[in-house]
Amino acid sequence: MALDSKIPNGPIADKWTNYKDHINLVNPANKRNLDIIVVGTGLAGGSAAATLAELGYNVKAFCFQDSPRRAHSIAAQGGINAAKNYKGDGDSVYRLFYDTVKGGDYRAREANVHRLAEVSANIIDQCVAQGVPLAREYGGLLDNRSFGGTLVSRTFYAQGQTGQQLLLGAYSAMNRQIGRGKIKMYNRHEMLDIVIVNGKARGIIARNLITGEIERHSAHAVVIGSGGYGNVFFLSTNAMGSNATAAWKIHKKGAFFANPCYTQIHPTCIPVSGDHQSKLTLMSESLRNDGRIWVPKKLEDAQAIREGKKKAIDLSEDERDYFLERRYPAFGNLVPRDVASRAAKERCDAGFGVNKTGEAVYLDFAAAIERYGKEAAHVKGLNENDKALVTKLGTDIVKSKYGNLFQMYLKIVDEDPYVTPMMIYPAVHYTMGGTWVDYNLMTTIPGCFSIGESNFSDHGANRLGASALMQGLADGYFVLPYTIGDYLAPDIKMGPISTDLPEFIEAEKAVVDQINKFINNNGKHSVDYFHKKLGKIMWNKVGMARNAKGLTEAIEEIAALREEFYKDVKVPGSANEFNQELEKATRVADFLELGELFAKDALHRNESCGGHFREEYQTEEGEALRDDDNFAYVAAWEYKGKPSDAVLHKEPLNYENIKLVQRSYK
Amino acid sequence: MKLTLKIWRQKNAQDKGGIVEYPIDGIEPDMSFLEMLDVLNEELINKGEEPVAFDHDCREGICGMCSLFINGEAHGPDRGVTTCQLHMRMFKDGDTIFIEPFRAKAFPVIKDLVVDRSSFDRIQHAGGFISVNTSGNTIDANAIPVPKDDADKSFDAAACIGCGACVATCKNSSAMLFVSAKVSQYALLPQGKVEATDRVLNMVHQMDLEGFGNCTNTGACEVECPKGISLENIARMNREYLAASLKG
Ligand SMILES: Cc1cc2nc3c(=O)[nH]c(=O)nc-3n(C[C@H](O)[C@H](O)[C@H](O)COP(=O)(O)OP(=O)(O)OC[C@H]3O[C@@H](n4cnc5c(N)ncnc54)[C@H](O)[C@@H]3O)c2cc1C
Ligand code: SF4
Ligand code: FES
Repeated sequence: MALDSKIPNGPIADKWTNYKDHINLVNPANKRNLDIIVVGTGLAGGSAAATLAELGYNVKAFCFQDSPRRAHSIAAQGGINAAKNYKGDGDSVYRLFYDTVKGGDYRAREANVHRLAEVSANIIDQCVAQGVPLAREYGGLLDNRSFGGTLVSRTFYAQGQTGQQLLLGAYSAMNRQIGRGKIKMYNRHEMLDIVIVNGKARGIIARNLITGEIERHSAHAVVIGSGGYGNVFFLSTNAMGSNATAAWKIHKKGAFFANPCYTQIHPTCIPVSGDHQSKLTLMSESLRNDGRIWVPKKLEDAQAIREGKKKAIDLSEDERDYFLERRYPAFGNLVPRDVASRAAKERCDAGFGVNKTGEAVYLDFAAAIERYGKEAAHVKGLNENDKALVTKLGTDIVKSKYGNLFQMYLKIVDEDPYVTPMMIYPAVHYTMGGTWVDYNLMTTIPGCFSIGESNFSDHGANRLGASALMQGLADGYFVLPYTIGDYLAPDIKMGPISTDLPEFIEAEKAVVDQINKFINNNGKHSVDYFHKKLGKIMWNKVGMARNAKGLTEAIEEIAALREEFYKDVKVPGSANEFNQELEKATRVADFLELGELFAKDALHRNESCGGHFREEYQTEEGEALRDDDNFAYVAAWEYKGKPSDAVLHKEPLNYENIKLVQRSYK
Repeated sequence: MKLTLKIWRQKNAQDKGGIVEYPIDGIEPDMSFLEMLDVLNEELINKGEEPVAFDHDCREGICGMCSLFINGEAHGPDRGVTTCQLHMRMFKDGDTIFIEPFRAKAFPVIKDLVVDRSSFDRIQHAGGFISVNTSGNTIDANAIPVPKDDADKSFDAAACIGCGACVATCKNSSAMLFVSAKVSQYALLPQGKVEATDRVLNMVHQMDLEGFGNCTNTGACEVECPKGISLENIARMNREYLAASLKG
């Protein structure tokens, strides 16, 4: 099957407008006769469900949490980008488009990214109208901050809880539609398969997680907004429930899976402390606006710190290596995530790490506290040389900007980051890969759409900070509502779709069979046992740096682990009740397949780009070495029974508006 | 650390349920409370027993999914944190820890420590929103300046994570702190003022229908709230409600 990205013709700046001018519309009266299933109620799914219902469609929305408000988007900290140029610092739609394409190491689709930049400004207007309390300046206007990989201040935020506030906005919009009866909400329901009738997505099979009942739900189209698959690593910054099942199940029924190996490793996370850890916690990247990252210059000092004989504050300014400022003077601590992560790993691998395990660098706020404190003292006409006063004033300002993050750090690490610098290390955070979609956000299954982190399209090989939230809301509020209408226009006379069709019966049976197999398996090990093993293979061999040998081993090890899993997993309890182990088992089963495809994708991509760093392909200075002649394409995999048999399809990436150059932040 | 856990086990909503004792060893002070339960569950599974069901997702104090009444306190002994942010360093070697679900008539138990908090959602359906079309064709976000102080106060109220600790800890099982946080978030913004009257009447009405108790101003909710939602919000909601009732 040939991939058709359906990118509209014409100049990039006009594509979306022209497209909207010419698509088929569904008459409002007919929308009432069309049902849409939305799986996921994060920023992407939540905004889509609300908007589709607002337009008049009958929406059924699903999430596995007990409330849509708890979707993983709630955890996003730092902010959301938009080309508003409120600061007058030179931002524009083009610049946001350019930064995103460059930040993604030229592996994103130009037309999609441009559309994203175009609608970004509307997102802020929409959210403010919905009562999202974004940060304001004293004059009452919205405030901005900057994020990694850009030189303008275009990030809107609500303290360190931006995702929470935006999600509550989308949730409130959903609530309005639930109240009107236009959305039927299925909390604590997990989609376990998609149903395809005559080649079109026509429904899903879901498990009611409270009763264990398997349900059939039909619709004229199915939208997947199920988030990312970072938990394939077991340890990640994702919520514990985040999983790949919905995306993987549609992959197995015909949706191509694109660029699975593009994973973002986020530079500012709380380091791993021991074996018992269940997840890693992100410290928002916005901290890099004010925090300076360093390690000791001398190996002896690093060693002394690790052994507890010295402290960070014992080292004078010139005994510290501010390695990002040293290597990348133009961007300094604000280089993109992939660059910052690799630089930290490089220093730690060279022996300069500062925690017990040697896998941490400092994120230091002392300079910011002093700078802000002096300014505040000056403004108030107080003594700028009073150190205690300056520290107090400065600390208050830092607290007002990042208070909840500092508190979170204190609770986890038991050290006060206002006094001693934070320790941070990169961790798995976000997956740029996902189901392949065309310009309409439709997968290779007609009628099955994929939005937000679960699709692949907008971020290329590396995502810049604050653009996932933007993409989720752009897809849900402003893009899908148009494209899905174009798809549904011919379906208006279709009438409701029966769930008694043989396709539903068959899909339900497959789900029930898998569940029964787990329940009756009586193996030796818990689900977590296998998940942790998978995570270790992924992190060690498919993690921040990869090479052909490790990847080849990983592929074999994952396949073997999968076999062991099916033989030996133990799932207590029964299928017809609330059973959290069973939920985990079905998710890990999918991770065990996805992990292998992930490694296979990384192995075939003989270049380094963004979050995909192949040790064999680097410049003399240790920077990623792209190969545009051979790899300027999207790798879209077609399922053929086993991950090892997956067939590669290539969507060439044509850069007509941006010239591909070596990415430099120096 | 070696601990004795006394955990509420209840097979399902119909089951009567009761406390079961579990000894546990090898707990590190830097584990979170939920990681401690993970260790217990791993042991139970390996012994062929059913693990303890408990709610959780983000494990960083923001989703509001985790609950647990620990030694008689919602989210346990630490202040200003959720259960997932509670660390074992708050306990001593040899301690006995009681772990129970959030109990309230409006939060029926689903299994073990998991309760159904969808009554909170239904209160929101009744009016926890601003009626604006999601088309993006609204006015520019900076067209209506919002005083920073109001925006900050609105944010503080909006920071409620909907965990239900306020209800669980209140001797009347009142949902006033939660509902007032929602009402306040909108009442403080110009965008929310337009339909403020209906909003507060509808939400309070739904709150009563759900079977939450009355507020008698004991203030226990504020003390146990992991997000520091202030009682001021209750006062503001009462004012809003009074004004709305007079109008309405
Ligand atoms: C700690 C952290 C901080 C972040 N900070 C930022 C930031 O500052 N700025 C930024 O732009 N991005 C940030 N991100 C990234 C961003 O939060 C996510 O990419 C984004 O929220 C994903 O949104 P989503 O709607 O695609 O998916 P999610 O929010 O993950 O939602 C997934 C939904 O799908 C449902 N679901 C999944 N599978 C199923 C199934 N099988 N059946 C039924 N329902 C299912 C879930 O219940 C949930 O409702 C951050 C991410 C993390 C981890
Ligand atoms: S008010 Fe506080 S305790 Fe109550 S639900 Fe909100 S965050 Fe939880
Ligand atoms: S698990 Fe999300 S708040 Fe505790």
